[in-house]
Amino acid sequence: MRHWLVYSILFIICLSCSNEPSGSNTYVPTPSPLQIPQVFEDNILAPIIPVNNIQTEEGIILGKKLFFDTILSENNTQACASCHNPGNAFTDPARFSVGIDGSIGTRNSMPLFNMAWNYDKKFFWDGRVFSLEHQALEPVTNPIEMNNSWETVITRLQNHSEYPKLFEEAFGTTPITKELVTKALAQFERILISANSKFDRYLLEEATLTPQEENGLNVFMDETKGDCFHCHGNPNNPLWTDNLFHNNGLDAVFTDIGLGEITGDPADNGKFKSPSLRNLIFTAPYMHDGRFNSLEEVINHYSEGLQDSPTIDPLMKKVDEGGVHLSDSDKADLKAFLLSLSDPSFINNPAFNNQ
Amino acid sequence: MKKILALALLTFLSFSCSEDNGNNSNEDVSATFSFSHNWDGAEVNNTEFNTIQFTNANGEQMSIEKLRYLISNIRLEKADGETLYTSGHFLVDVTNDVNLVFQPYTAIPKGDYTNVIFTFGFNTEDNYSQTYTDLNAASWNVPDMLGGGYHYMQLEGKFIDNTDTETGYAYHAIRAVDNSDPIGLLFQDTFIDVELGPVSISKDLTFNIDMNIAEWFKNPNLWDLNTLHNMMMPNFNAQITMFQNGQNVFSLNEITE
Repeated sequence: MRHWLVYSILFIICLSCSNEPSGSNTYVPTPSPLQIPQVFEDNILAPIIPVNNIQTEEGIILGKKLFFDTILSENNTQACASCHNPGNAFTDPARFSVGIDGSIGTRNSMPLFNMAWNYDKKFFWDGRVFSLEHQALEPVTNPIEMNNSWETVITRLQNHSEYPKLFEEAFGTTPITKELVTKALAQFERILISANSKFDRYLLEEATLTPQEENGLNVFMDETKGDCFHCHGNPNNPLWTDNLFHNNGLDAVFTDIGLGEITGDPADNGKFKSPSLRNLIFTAPYMHDGRFNSLEEVINHYSEGLQDSPTIDPLMKKVDEGGVHLSDSDKADLKAFLLSLSDPSFINNPAFNNQ
Repeated sequence: MKKILALALLTFLSFSCSEDNGNNSNEDVSATFSFSHNWDGAEVNNTEFNTIQFTNANGEQMSIEKLRYLISNIRLEKADGETLYTSGHFLVDVTNDVNLVFQPYTAIPKGDYTNVIFTFGFNTEDNYSQTYTDLNAASWNVPDMLGGGYHYMQLEGKFIDNTDTETGYAYHAIRAVDNSDPIGLLFQDTFIDVELGPVSISKDLTFNIDMNIAEWFKNPNLWDLNTLHNMMMPNFNAQITMFQNGQNVFSLNEITE
């Protein structure tokens, strides 16, 4: 009897040593870790993946289906992809997107890529939402976008012929919630990785820049010329954005105060997130309000169109002269370099398209 | 015999469950470095940012909108010549109130030290590109055309210029480089080793360090923002002036245990 007691205790201790969760039949979807591009792996910190929403094959499939499904909008006419078109690097070629009832917004739709590397997790032009999971909550109920209610969305999904099974496969639960919807959308959005531009291949020593592109890079990195790198990254930060908020001298008087509306701090008035400079060939028009239709207009703005205001970023130079007045050849070279950051394989990736 | 064997195994397994494989010596302590900021004695933190409320030695009224700087290579010297190097570098971000207090990863043995030293910026050996993913992600890089590596400090804001106009300034400190010949860059070290002096360490302690921001503009070189307010990274002489003015920017306020 004593022997049995000792051996029983021994057996219990052996089991208790394990770090693994106790065995169960709990359903686990198939993990699908992000494929981190070499240029990111080599240079910058790891992406941000919430511990309560790891990437899974089933979650990504569900998120993609939701992203392209008009079921999220009140009158079943609009999907996320309506304003975030894959062919435009997931932005809208229209200056302002049109909502389901014809309402027009005041800001240009943001392109979507490399969002797992937004380390501060502040989304939208004004940073008003924290985390990708929370970001997706808003457009569904926004009156000038999808104008729906989450109750309606959940009812539709719950009664759908396919979605209940897809949610169960993705999350192991049958009740569908708005949190699970946005988790799935976030998983799909996180796989939207763009890192195969000509310049990426140059960094990997697989491509050569033209002399014009090389000089454009120099203009970009030269503090006395473009000085773009302080806010828009550099070859060692290939996100090509700092994901921070700046007043880049668009207006002397603001009609949209951007970050200031969110923080309530007048020092933040007129500040908007620096967008990535990747994929510019696909993402016109430019700026938070889509006021510029061409890269030439953008470059001319920084070169000679700066408008002074109390919160203009100190990095904007010679504001009283409108800017640093780049030469025409430097402007052309800068544009050539900027276009080398575009990644056609991103917009043509079947995994990102509704196929 | 079987009982003894089983109990021995039981004892072994019981102890083997522990995940604590640490071998911290009782002779080791941790040292914390805490950075505070002032303008000639008046406390400065990010709540004082974005408003023109400081006056520099040259008489210009100015504000601060951004202040972040790099601390590296913290080391402790002993009388016998031995030096204990700690690992890690720290990007102190006053703007966002991040990393103002930090602990090097390295445990510090108790004992008497003749000097504690940290580096403002990176020394030449540490200051090369494509190495520090955290600093790359923070866009802390210096362009290759200026030799690469990393910024030492970014201090930005506005000042009232001599036409009474509010004008931006960007006081960025890097390794000084003469780029008059782009293919033959000439460098001069401008990192600053800050000596905190001797300390006897017997328990966990904190070095409370002050940065007097006003010092960057006055001693020994009176800084005229009207003349120098931006494009300072490629300006060799400006970097040397910053280096000279930076010698007395940091001071040890106190050591607390």
